[in-house]
Amino acid sequence: MTTIGNNGVAASKTNTQPLWLLAEVTYRCPLHCAFCYNPTDYDKHTQNELTTEQWIQALRDARKMGALQLGISGGEPLLRDDIEDIVREARKLGYYSNLITSGVGLTEKRIQEFKEGGLDHIQLSMHDITEEINNFITNTKTFELKKKVAAMIKGHGYPMVLNVVIHRFNIGHIKEILEMAEALGADYVELANTQYYGWSLINRSQLMPTKEQIDHAEMITNEFRQKVGNKMKIFFVVPDYFSDRPKKCMNGWGEVFMIVTANGDVLPCHSARVLPGMAFPNVKEHGLEWAWKESPAFNKYRGDDWMKEPCRSCPEKEKDLGGCRCQAFLLTGDAESADPVCTLSPNHHLIEKAIEDAKNPQLQAQPIVFRNDKNSRRIAAGEAPELVKEFHALP
Amino acid sequence: MTTSVNPADIYSLARHYRFQWEEAQQCYVLLFPEGMIKLNGGAGEVIKRVDGNKTVAEIVIELQQAFPDAPDIEADILAMLQLALEKAWLEKRN
Repeated sequence: MTTIGNNGVAASKTNTQPLWLLAEVTYRCPLHCAFCYNPTDYDKHTQNELTTEQWIQALRDARKMGALQLGISGGEPLLRDDIEDIVREARKLGYYSNLITSGVGLTEKRIQEFKEGGLDHIQLSMHDITEEINNFITNTKTFELKKKVAAMIKGHGYPMVLNVVIHRFNIGHIKEILEMAEALGADYVELANTQYYGWSLINRSQLMPTKEQIDHAEMITNEFRQKVGNKMKIFFVVPDYFSDRPKKCMNGWGEVFMIVTANGDVLPCHSARVLPGMAFPNVKEHGLEWAWKESPAFNKYRGDDWMKEPCRSCPEKEKDLGGCRCQAFLLTGDAESADPVCTLSPNHHLIEKAIEDAKNPQLQAQPIVFRNDKNSRRIAAGEAPELVKEFHALP
Repeated sequence: MTTSVNPADIYSLARHYRFQWEEAQQCYVLLFPEGMIKLNGGAGEVIKRVDGNKTVAEIVIELQQAFPDAPDIEADILAMLQLALEKAWLEKRN
């Protein structure tokens, strides 16, 4: 619900609560994954990270507004040495907290402190059963380390949540990946098909599998699920490009999800900063309550007042809220258009073309642009137009 | 695969699950990796009593005493526990 204030600016009226808070505490990362959704210009946010005190204040403010689930993410959060303090405060406040990590930097000493501080679970990223693919896609030698870290997580009595981003290079190994997860004693496995934002959008033709590969992977996943039952919960997230209808992105803009980024920007979704003309609030200037309830940015796409056709008169508009604003903008140049994933979108051919492109051996063979500081600086400075020419909004 | 709830069963919350009162939502919630469930009043009262010590029969009696005006709540309690078991929120202890 939105009302217009007497200054003519859309002012706040929302009863929603940010149940999920994602703290992207740093964009620094020892890995260089080709599918990373982080902003391609992240490098400019690595020098102005929030302090421990600022994070703790943000945690308190969000908790007062009803936030319950806390994700501590990045980049690699363990590159900060104050995660122990953040975890302790989170527990004290009553959050259910989750450290989302590559495993690099997790030591016996740190995991013990997390346990004592009350961290509830750790989500570890894994990439493949083969050292070759793991090291290729992350552009690092981290294969052995991840197995050691998995054992450490299990050894400390944590639920083991494995997150495996799926792309062309590992989609043929789904069964083996699930077997590995079972052998490691995973309680939850997320098979997260790559979605195309940030770095993964640049590398789209190199990463995207075919529809047949995805269908096959889903079938194998279903069989495995039958076999293991509740012992290991498996989530298989069907990628947008292969759906007929868009997802209800973030369960609705400003409905349940709030992100605070490394430099303090407050966002309704991971990639919202790609949208043009948006001034996102920052915790250095505004409280989280104002950001959530009052800020023009959070009210901009809340509900469905902003919609135009074909969404506006669509009988399904409440179901998916027109899909993802970032995807609409990144692919069509218009943030208020229907998510082109939808077969009812006049721009759906862009998705069909992307799927066709991904079958083109020439495009597949383009070198992958890994997520690293040098590439980020080049993209931010406009020195790499060849990387971004296809897409509207990349800086 | 899931068995039925019996009066003599003893349950606790599944490992890694947390149950707490939420002031902001005015309800009990169940928290677990990657998710949360808001429990309505009745469900909250049932789960609150699942403590790894009480049998299902004892929980039923306790709730009947706590809510004497609610008619025939036994079936609702068993259905709630059955659902919780199927969702793997609970672990059997005996």
